[in-house]
Amino acid sequence: MIGLDSVIEGVLLGGVYALFALGLSLIFGIMRLVNLAHGDLILLAAYLALSVTTTLNIPLAVATLLIVAVMFVAGYALQRLVLERVLGDDILPPLLVTFGLSIVIQNGLLLAYGADSRRLQAGAFESSSVTLADGLNVGLAPLAALLTAIAAVALLQLIFYRTALGRAFRATADNPQIAQLMGINERSVYAIAVGMSVAVSVIAAITFGIRANFDPSIGPARLLYAFEAVIIGGLGSLWGTLAGGIVLGLAQTIGARVNPEWQILTGHLAFLVVLMVRPRGLFPSRRP
Amino acid sequence: MTALLSVTALDAFYGDFQALFGINLELGEGEAVAVIGANGAGKSTLLKSLAGLVRNRPDAVRLAGRQIGDGPAASIVRLGLALVPEGRQLFPSLTVEENLLIGAFGGERTSPWNLASVYQMFPVLQERRRSSVTVLSGGQQQMVAIGRALMSNPSVLLCDEISLGLAPIIVEDIYRMLPRIRDNGTGIVVVEQDIARALRSTDRFYCLQEGRVTLTGRAADASHDAIHAAYFGT
Amino acid sequence: MSVVAVHEKVEVDGDAATAPVWQVRVGTSLSRAAAIAALAIVVALALLPAIASRNLIQDLIFVFTMLTLAQLWNVLAGWGGLVSVGQQAFVGLGAYALFAGVIMLQIDPVFAIVLASLFAATVAAVLGPLLFRLEGPYFAIGSWVAAEALRLVCAQFKTLGGGTGMSISPSDLTQMMGLKWAQLAFALRPAAARDVLIYWIALLLATAVTLGITTFVRSRMGLALAASRDNPAAARSVGVRTDRIRYLLWIVVAFATGMVGAVVYLQKARISPDAAFSVTDWTAYVIFIVVIGGVRTIEGPMIGVLTLWGLINYLAQYGSLYLIVLGTIAILVMLFMPKGVWGEIAWRWGIRLFPTQRVLSRNSH
Repeated sequence: MIGLDSVIEGVLLGGVYALFALGLSLIFGIMRLVNLAHGDLILLAAYLALSVTTTLNIPLAVATLLIVAVMFVAGYALQRLVLERVLGDDILPPLLVTFGLSIVIQNGLLLAYGADSRRLQAGAFESSSVTLADGLNVGLAPLAALLTAIAAVALLQLIFYRTALGRAFRATADNPQIAQLMGINERSVYAIAVGMSVAVSVIAAITFGIRANFDPSIGPARLLYAFEAVIIGGLGSLWGTLAGGIVLGLAQTIGARVNPEWQILTGHLAFLVVLMVRPRGLFPSRRP
Repeated sequence: MTALLSVTALDAFYGDFQALFGINLELGEGEAVAVIGANGAGKSTLLKSLAGLVRNRPDAVRLAGRQIGDGPAASIVRLGLALVPEGRQLFPSLTVEENLLIGAFGGERTSPWNLASVYQMFPVLQERRRSSVTVLSGGQQQMVAIGRALMSNPSVLLCDEISLGLAPIIVEDIYRMLPRIRDNGTGIVVVEQDIARALRSTDRFYCLQEGRVTLTGRAADASHDAIHAAYFGT
Repeated sequence: MSVVAVHEKVEVDGDAATAPVWQVRVGTSLSRAAAIAALAIVVALALLPAIASRNLIQDLIFVFTMLTLAQLWNVLAGWGGLVSVGQQAFVGLGAYALFAGVIMLQIDPVFAIVLASLFAATVAAVLGPLLFRLEGPYFAIGSWVAAEALRLVCAQFKTLGGGTGMSISPSDLTQMMGLKWAQLAFALRPAAARDVLIYWIALLLATAVTLGITTFVRSRMGLALAASRDNPAAARSVGVRTDRIRYLLWIVVAFATGMVGAVVYLQKARISPDAAFSVTDWTAYVIFIVVIGGVRTIEGPMIGVLTLWGLINYLAQYGSLYLIVLGTIAILVMLFMPKGVWGEIAWRWGIRLFPTQRVLSRNSH
C-alpha cells in the first residue's frame, strides 16, 4: 500500500514545497519578516509566466530568466517603498500590510485572469519520464523540481557563507545596529533579501505551474505549505527547510494513499505533531 | 594644526531625555584623547553620537573639516571614523576571520590595515581564524573587535571601554597596541572607567559629569584632586 | 477633568492636610456622557424591529456580528499580543457545533448557541498551548494552519454536509425559544421572526462583548497584559502572571467567536466548510475593520464596521474590485495612519469616548 513509489512521489513533491519555502525561510532568517503575501507572489509569478509565454510567445526557459529579474526588482521595490516603513518592534503592521497585499494580489489576478484553472505549457518536458532503475520511472518535471530545490539551497548557502553579501546578511541578522558600523546599509540589505526571496519564488512558481493547475485563489495554501516546511525543518537553516519540505511532501503523499481526501489534512497534522514534539523543528540552526 | 575630529556644542537626546549638553572636543592627527567619567555620565552616548548611531546637527561633528553630525553610521565609517563598541558586540554567526572581513565591508582603503597586518598585531587571532567568536576568551574577543574596526582603515578610532571585564594583564597587552595604531596617523578617543590607565595611554583628557565636560587638560598635568572634583561633581 | 502635565512642579506644602491628592482615574465627563448616549442607542436598536424592514434587520445582524468579531480580535491582538489570522476556526467550529446540536441532537437553537460556544472554547483550550509555542508572526500563520486543518476535518463529516455543506430544514427550527411570541408580536412569518430573535441575540452579544472588553481592559488584568505587551521581562519582574491571563483571554475570545459563528449560521440556516471557515469573511474583513478604525481602541472597531458596511454596500456591485479597494485602503492606513481613523482623532484632539488608559489627576481640596 505505501510502497517505494509513494516515498519517491512524496520526496519529489517535497522538492516543490521546499522551493515554496526557501524564499520565506530567507526573509525569516535575515529580517524576521513574515510575508503573508508570499504565496500570492508565487501565483503572480506563475501568471506572469503564463502571459509572457502565451501572449509574447517566448519560450518558458527564457521567460523564467526574464521574470526572475522583474520580480527581483519588484521585491526590492516592495521592501524599499512599503515594508521598510512598517518594519519595527511591533509585529502588527508588517503582518497587516502583507495581509492586505495578499488580498490585493489575489483579487487583482482574479480580475485580470478570471477564476479558471491554468497551466504553464512546457511541451514534452512536462510529461516525459526518466527511468532510475528497472521498474522505477519518475516524471522528469517532478525530478527536475527536486534537483532545482537542491541546487537553489546550495547556491543560497554559497552566497551566505562565501560572499561578502552573505556576510552582510548574517551580520545584519545578528545585530542590525552594529552592522551599520561596518558600513552596511541596512535598508539595502533588507531590500536585496526581499528581492532574492521573490526571485526564488519565481523558480518555485514555474516548477509548480508546469505540473499542476493553478488559479488566483490558491496563493494562501502555498503560503501555509511554505510555512509548514520552514517550521518542520527548523528556523534558521536552509538545508533544514529542504528537509522540512520533503517531510511535508511525504506526509501528504502517505495521507493521500490512505484516503485521497486526507492529503492536505495529513500535512497539517504532521506540522502540528512536529510542533508538539519538536517545537524547534527537526534541524534547527545552532544560533540562539 | 587643523583638528582631525572637531566636536562643537554637541547635544544628545534619547527621546525627551537629554544626555549630553554642549560638548566641545578636539582630536588631532596621531593624538590620543581620553574621555573619563562615572557611569551614566554620557561617555558612551558621546561615542555613539560621533559614530552616527545617535543623530545630531550636521555641524556638531566635523571629521577632517567635513560635517558628519547627521550622517548615518554606515556613511561615517566610510569617511574614516570607526567605533569599537562597548561590550565588543561581535557577530556571533560569523567566524573570527569573517568578523574581521566584515569590518572592511564599507571601505575602499586597504592599507595599512588588512587581514595580514591585523593578524600580525594579534597573532592568536590567526590561529583561531576559523573559530566562532563565541568560544573566544574576553581578551581575544576584544582583539577581534579592535581588529574589526581597524579593517576600515579609519583616521579616527573610538574605543568604548575596551578594558571592561578583562584581566589587568590582558588590558596591558591591548593598550600596548595603541601606539602602533597612532603611528599611522590615526587619532584615538578612549573611553575608560580606569582613570589611571586612561591617563597613562593618552595625551589629553576630557572628564564628563552628567552630560557636561567638567574638566579638560593634558594627561600628564592632571591633578588627582581636580579630577576627583570633576568626576564626582563635588 | 484635565490631564495634568508631567513637568509641572509639585509644591508640597509643609502641612500635609492641605497637600493635593493624586488620583488615578479612567472615566471622564465626556466618557460618562458617551456611556449614556451608548445606552440610549442600544435601547433604540432593541426597539428597531418594530419598524425596520427585514433587509435592514439582516444588515444589522451583519454589523453587530462583525463588530463583535472585531472587538474580540482587537483585544486579543492589541492587549493579548496574540495576532491571530485563524479566528475563522472558532467561527466555523461554533457554526458546525450549532448545526450538529440542532440537526443531530434536536436541541433548541438558543441552547445550541451556548453549547456551540463552549465547544469552540474547549478546542481553543486544547490548541492554545500547542500554538503558543510559536512566537509573534509565526503564531499568526500557525493559527491559520489550525483553522485550515479544522476546516478539512469538518468537511469529513458527511452527516453535516461534507465538503459541499447543507441546510437546516425549517422544521428543526420551529421549537426555537421565543419564536411563537415574536411571530405574534410583530405579525411575522417564522423565518422573519427568527431573524428578529437572532437580531436581538446579536445585539446583546455585541453589547456584552464591548462592555466586557472595556471592563477587562480597564481592570488590573488588562493593565497587566498591556504592560507585558510593552515589556515582557519587566512585567514578569514585578510579578505579573501574563501567560495565564493570556491563555484565559484566548479561551474567552474563542467562546465569544464561536457564539458569533453559531448566531450567523443559525440565521443563514445553510453551512459549508469553505464559508464557515472563510479567511476573507471572518478574518480579512475583521482585520480591515480594526485597522481602519484603530487598533487598541474601543471606539475604533465601531467606526471601522460602519466604514466596512458602507464600502460593501457601495462597491459590491463591482465584484472583486471591492476587495482590492479594501486591501489597498488597509495598506495605506497602516502606512500613513497606523493609529487608524479613530486613533488619529483621539490622539490629536484628546477625545476618548470609551477611555482605556489611566490618567493621573489631581484633586485639590
